Amino acid sequence: MKHFLTLLSHELRMLLVSPSTYIAGTAFLFFMGFIFTGILENYTKAAQDVSPAHVFFQLFWLPVFFMVPLLTMKCLAEERRLGTIETLLTTPVTTTEVVLGKYTAAYALYLSLWGATGGFFYILKRFSSDPRLIDSGPLIGGYVFIAVSGLLFVAIGVFASSLSRNQAVAGILCFVMLAGLIVGVRWLGEASFLNRDMLAPAKAAVDYAQIFSHYEDFTRGVIDARHVLFYFSGTALALIFSILSVEAKQIHA
Amino acid sequence: MSAPPTPAIEVDHLVKTYAGMTAVADLSFTVARGEIIGFLGPNGAGKSTTMRILTGYLPANSGTVRICGHSVATEPDAVKRLIGYMPENNPLPEDMRVSEYLYFRGRLKEIPRRKLSPRIDEVLELCDLKRVRHKIIGQLSKGYRQRVGIAEAILAEPPVIIMDEPTIGLDPHQILIVRDLIAGLRGRMTVIISSHILPEIEMTCDRVLIINRGRVVAQGSPADLRREVLGRTTYQLITAGSIDALPALLTVVEPTLKITATSEPDATGFVTLALSTERTDELGEPLLQSLISHGFRVRALSRAQPTLEDVFLAATRRSWDAKLAPVATPAGTANGFDRP
Repeated sequence: MKHFLTLLSHELRMLLVSPSTYIAGTAFLFFMGFIFTGILENYTKAAQDVSPAHVFFQLFWLPVFFMVPLLTMKCLAEERRLGTIETLLTTPVTTTEVVLGKYTAAYALYLSLWGATGGFFYILKRFSSDPRLIDSGPLIGGYVFIAVSGLLFVAIGVFASSLSRNQAVAGILCFVMLAGLIVGVRWLGEASFLNRDMLAPAKAAVDYAQIFSHYEDFTRGVIDARHVLFYFSGTALALIFSILSVEAKQIHA
Repeated sequence: MSAPPTPAIEVDHLVKTYAGMTAVADLSFTVARGEIIGFLGPNGAGKSTTMRILTGYLPANSGTVRICGHSVATEPDAVKRLIGYMPENNPLPEDMRVSEYLYFRGRLKEIPRRKLSPRIDEVLELCDLKRVRHKIIGQLSKGYRQRVGIAEAILAEPPVIIMDEPTIGLDPHQILIVRDLIAGLRGRMTVIISSHILPEIEMTCDRVLIINRGRVVAQGSPADLRREVLGRTTYQLITAGSIDALPALLTVVEPTLKITATSEPDATGFVTLALSTERTDELGEPLLQSLISHGFRVRALSRAQPTLEDVFLAATRRSWDAKLAPVATPAGTANGFDRP
């Protein structure tokens, strides 16, 4: 693991000097700001049951679907397309270090983009006279949820990127996998055919993987070890598959 | 550096197949320390595959490769510290500056931070890259990019350097610089380069390895190869006289001397002939004397110097068409010669 920090600082540096990072960041904040304004407008019309933070983070899937593929599709696909993966892997670094370095850098960018949305809440607190609009519980719970679930989402993106040398294909693959995980599992949870007794274990598994219900727990302040374990084990699995995928591509080059 | 007795590179019965296609078939060779070796072969001969196996990037199907005594298959980490590798087409990140890139690569190659900056200055100087050190690699011309690749390969001063077509796409002036650069490594590092540019190999390499269809078809110094693969010497003679009597006269001078080509006589009656003999020593003087004493008028007699190109073509053709009886097969020349 001694090259991990070298690789990570290299990746972060490349992100910081790249204009596309800033363009993506600006576009992300613009989009999220638009959503946030929309939410606040609803509050001006009528009193709502839940705080703005709760509604805001409930829409986490919208930026996840678009930002995660865009953030991660480049990381391994580009290296393979340019052939720089060959020079990289013929130095004394391991595939694990390379994948983890890329993953950590992408996750750091993901976190900092979400972190920037904290500004919205600051502005709301500073300029609104109603303290009820800022409820620290859902706010903190929402950010913890974003940080923990982001581990898995970004790992899926890295895995998609390891599968193809074409960035567009990697991006679409990532989008499909995320949609399957977030929306597909929710749809399965509502499907009636799983209610049969025979399929009870499958039903239990689907219920366990409901990301929206995880979110509800997090915002209520319930940080369930089972949920955290779900994201941690999913992340580990996706990263292990990414490493295997890079190595398999080498063997069958 | 005291030289241990193990050779720099030992390749033994290496086999690599891709989806049923054999890229490398039973390849064996050894490279001594400090030697510069040229890898020649037509496209698809298995040059790049062999080099990738040497670096540990690709696994072989069977056979062993040892770099300075370390097996590539079982000690990949040790081997990666012993090699500097420049792949085919020289892939480089587009959006980094030259010095940044070298710094990053130096850190990956475990050069201590203290020694890295002076070493980067040294390789920049060596590769004539000082002027572009702060430029972005994506904006550099091909020649500069190629030299960045070479600088990167020699950065950590590894005992073995593997370069896949380092001079491809360079202009003659840049080729000269790269050639001097490689020649400057002689004795200190073992260098394997592959190339299509034959004079290039001839001038820089101590030894040439010609491979075709994944086998070594000929190896040795360029001079040895000429003698062994071609096995004959060619003369060009421009003469006038009774050409019909010439073959008999030639047999007297040297029994194996034959006319291989005859041109039409020109306006003044001179004919250009190509003569061929298995003798490798100089036959010019006795031939000339005998021609003149038999009343031939001689305008020119010269010994043709076969280039490495001829050797290369002869060696690869020979391995392509084994049925065509080889002109001369000195024992031990061709490893890949005993094909069915």
